[in-house]
Amino acid sequence: MQRTYEVMFIVRPDMVDEDQDKLISSLESSVTSAGGTVKNVEKMGKRRLAYTVRKFQDGLYLLLTLEASGQAVAELERRLRVTEPVIKFITVRVDEEQKRLDKVKKIRAAHQKRAPEPAAEPAVSEPAAPAV
Amino acid sequence: MADEEKVQAPAATETAAPEQAAQPAAPQAQATPTHAPQQRPRMGGDRGPRPGGDRGPRPGGREGGPRKFFRRKKVCKFCVEKIDSINYKDVRLLAQFVAERGKIVPRRLTGVCTPHQRRLTAAIKQARNIALLPFSAR
Repeated sequence: MQRTYEVMFIVRPDMVDEDQDKLISSLESSVTSAGGTVKNVEKMGKRRLAYTVRKFQDGLYLLLTLEASGQAVAELERRLRVTEPVIKFITVRVDEEQKRLDKVKKIRAAHQKRAPEPAAEPAVSEPAAPAV
Repeated sequence: MADEEKVQAPAATETAAPEQAAQPAAPQAQATPTHAPQQRPRMGGDRGPRPGGDRGPRPGGREGGPRKFFRRKKVCKFCVEKIDSINYKDVRLLAQFVAERGKIVPRRLTGVCTPHQRRLTAAIKQARNIALLPFSAR
C-alpha cells in the first residue's frame, strides 16, 4: 500500500552541504530499495530550535516527501534513528489531508461556477416585484 | 481579551442594579415589551458604546436601553479567511494561536470554531515535536 508521507528531520547545524547530500542520497536509496519513491527533497535551511535538542540550539531542517509503504517508512525511520547527525525527525502522513483539501477545492470551484446563476436570476425577477 | 471582559462584567452588574430599580417607570420599558426587566442588566455602565462594534443581530430584537454592553463577536479566522490547510510547517500561522508560554490558546479566547481548533491543536503538537514551536517557553 503506497501512501504519501512527509519526513521532516533536523541534522546538526555544523553539517556541511556535501554530507547532507550524501545523507539524503543514502536515505533515498533505502526508500527506493523498499519499493517507494522520493518525490521531493527540500532543504529548509538553518533554523533556531524552539528548545534545546541534544545540546543544540540550531538545526538544519530537511524535508522529504515520499510515496512509500509503511515498511519502507519504518526502515527509513530506523536509519534516521541510528544516523548520528540526525537529531530529530517526524513522519507525517499527508495523503488523507491532501484528499480532503482537493475535495474542499472542488466544492469551492463548483460553488463559484454556480454563483453567476443566482446573480442573473434577480435581474429577471426584479421587474416582476414592483408589479406585485 | 479575557481581562477586558472580566473588567467589564462587574461594572455591568453594579450599574445595572440601580438602573433596574428605576426602570419600571421609565418609558424604555414600554419600547421593548418583549424584554423582561430581568434581562436588562446587560449594559456596560456609563462607558457608552465601545468602538468594537455591535454583537450582530440578536434574536431578541432591538434592546431599548440607552447603553448596551458591546462585545465584538469573535469569528473563526480559518473560516473567514478560508484557510483550508492547517499545517505543522506553517509556524507563522500556528504561532498566533500559541500563548507566550507556549500554551495553546483556548477557543473561548480566539473564537476559532471547533473543527478548526481540533486540527489546529494537532498541527501545533506536531510542530512542537519537530522543535518548530516550544513545549513551554522559559
